[in-house]
Amino acid sequence: MSKILVIADHDNVAAKKITLNTIDFAKQLIAKKGGSFDIAVIGNGCGSAAAGLTGYGAGAVHVVEHADLAHPLAQGFAKVVADLAKSIGADVVAMSASSLGKDAMPRVAVRLQAGMASDVIGIVDAGGAVAFRRPMWAGNLVGDVVIDTAVQVVTVRSSAFDAIAASGGASPVQSFAADPGASRAKFVRFEGTQSSRPDLTEAAVVVAGGRGLKDRFGPITEPLADLLGGAIGASRAAVDDGFAPNDYQIGQTGKVVAPQLYFAIAISGAVQHLAGMKNSKTIVAINKNADEPIFKVADYGLVADAFTAVPELVSKIKAVRS
Amino acid sequence: MKILVSAKRVSDPNAKLAISGDGKWVEGDVEYVMNYFCENAIECALALAEEHGDVETVALGVGESDETGRFVRQGALARGIDRGIVVSADEAIIDSDLIARVYQKIVEKESPDLVLIGKQSVDGDSNQVGQLLAEYLDWPQATFASKVEIKGDQIEVTREVDGGLEVVALSMPCVITADLRLNEPRFASLAGIMKAKKKPLDEYELDDLDLGDAAPKVRIAKMTTPSGRKAGVLVKDVDDLVAKLRGEARVI
Ligand SMILES: Cc1cc2nc3c(=O)[nH]c(=O)nc-3n(C[C@@H](O)[C@H](O)[C@H](O)COP(=O)(O)OP(=O)(O)OC[C@H]3O[C@@H](n4cnc5c(N)ncnc54)[C@H](O)[C@@H]3O)c2cc1C
Ligand SMILES: Cc1cc2nc3c(=O)[nH]c(=O)nc-3n(C[C@H](O)[C@H](O)[C@H](O)COP(=O)(O)OP(=O)(O)OC[C@H]3O[C@@H](n4cnc5c(N)ncnc54)[C@H](O)[C@@H]3O)c2cc1C
Repeated sequence: MSKILVIADHDNVAAKKITLNTIDFAKQLIAKKGGSFDIAVIGNGCGSAAAGLTGYGAGAVHVVEHADLAHPLAQGFAKVVADLAKSIGADVVAMSASSLGKDAMPRVAVRLQAGMASDVIGIVDAGGAVAFRRPMWAGNLVGDVVIDTAVQVVTVRSSAFDAIAASGGASPVQSFAADPGASRAKFVRFEGTQSSRPDLTEAAVVVAGGRGLKDRFGPITEPLADLLGGAIGASRAAVDDGFAPNDYQIGQTGKVVAPQLYFAIAISGAVQHLAGMKNSKTIVAINKNADEPIFKVADYGLVADAFTAVPELVSKIKAVRS
Repeated sequence: MKILVSAKRVSDPNAKLAISGDGKWVEGDVEYVMNYFCENAIECALALAEEHGDVETVALGVGESDETGRFVRQGALARGIDRGIVVSADEAIIDSDLIARVYQKIVEKESPDLVLIGKQSVDGDSNQVGQLLAEYLDWPQATFASKVEIKGDQIEVTREVDGGLEVVALSMPCVITADLRLNEPRFASLAGIMKAKKKPLDEYELDDLDLGDAAPKVRIAKMTTPSGRKAGVLVKDVDDLVAKLRGEARVI
């Protein structure tokens, strides 16, 4: 029997969809080991985000608020998570492998004397023990990891689990007194990327551009993304060269996505890029060089100059739809 | 000021990987390279030393002693790091947690003001050691750094996070983990390689460090190669692509 604590990702107003993938992880683990799960919503003025999570079958939704958690930093956030986990007797603590999850969860593990598995993509059996499957070497290999401590901490790769639908019921909302403690780290500012498009990790369509698009990255990717209601992503090279902001990056060191439809436009298909998109349902590659490795993973490959092919694609999709 | 930096070897991620006989790691008979993120950490330490003067830089590698020593010398000391420390350990049984506890012991001996570590290893991809260490030390941290600036007694770090960039200010001592856009790592010069041969390299055994329980907390039960994706078809032109996306894949 397990008592799992799911840490929600949210913006204080509402939970992010990736929280639902973490809940799916918790439910799959319960199906293997038995037990129950609680959810924690940690922030400042985050009551509405907590209220939105009461329909998923959690034993309780804990609301943990403190002025210092408005822009949570790892040290204080981890202390609060660990305090709550101890007070409810959780033996598994899970959060998505978001930047806050990656930042804070190892510190939670130390506080709970727990072993930790990062970026879990599945739950498997390993000689009677429950193991967590996780990608290594940019996803070229996967390892089944057994955690030998009584308490276990994981971050969950959201693209490998379903954003489950509400199951009904009404979990009680309980408040937990947070004490993030003192820290010599201070939040200074956040420079957000402005976008009205869906979140990369939540979008059904992702239009990703590479270095080949140069300073026409926006004019080429935006009309296609907007036509299909998609998000825009980028290769590392496109970000390094300043054509796209850092949080567009997809791959081993960027975001991992698995949309219904992925466009790789002027992207060569390095393993580190494939690590972030190769589980997409349908992959379209548009590249002027037929020998690029991206064509080895693409369902549909078009050998063409992106500067003419993509605008043509936009107008022809418009034409067949009308 | 004293900076401790990481120097970890990894099997070359561009080489063909084969799973070892026991199924628990990759075949050892491969080329090793310095973990890319450690190169960024080393470069950051060198740049801070050049900019501020009076900075001592020390590199730490944990692993099989000869090979790890070679990487510390060639990858860190030859680039300009002042001295090295090797903690001899069997890489097959050290997890991120144990490595963080080794760092903690070295920090207690060396008292650095700043520990600069790679954000992740390109073999294990765990992304844990820096954060674990910061918690063991009860120090503040700034992970995924793309810019590090010393401003008086504070270090201002720009972090690459979901949705954009976050700027945090830390007072020392603290832990920072390096992301790839932090800098462009330099190569070792010939003079640097010659000088590195004479630089001090201290060695400890795991047992010398008083770790208490030196057992790892996690272990790999089995590794596998995920099933690959099959290549699809090349389409003739944009019309063909639109037709396939609409008719066959039904995604537009
Ligand atoms: C030759 C070799 C054989 C191995 N065999 C096995 C095996 O059989 N089974 C197994 O489970 N694992 C094995 N490992 C991997 C194991 O040693 C991992 O490196 C270790 O578990 C750390 O996890 P991580 O690299 O995922 O850490 P991360 O948390 O991703 O590391 C983060 C950062 O910590 C620093 N760091 C990490 N490790 C070191 C180090 N050793 N020295 C200095 N700094 C470091 C780096 O800066 C790195 O960027 C082997 C590694 C090598 C090089
Ligand atoms: C440790 C590490 C981590 C990394 N992490 C990531 C990561 O997270 N994500 C990532 O993406 N990369 C990552 N990389 C980098 C990766 O190895 C590649 O360098 C990068 O993905 C290349 O980006 P690209 O395909 O845009 O550029 P390039 O490889 O330069 O390819 C440009 C492509 O554009 C095509 N092209 C040019 N002009 C046109 C045109 N007019 N029309 C059509 N096609 C055109 C070219 O044929 C070529 O295929 C990482 C590397 C390392 C070492």
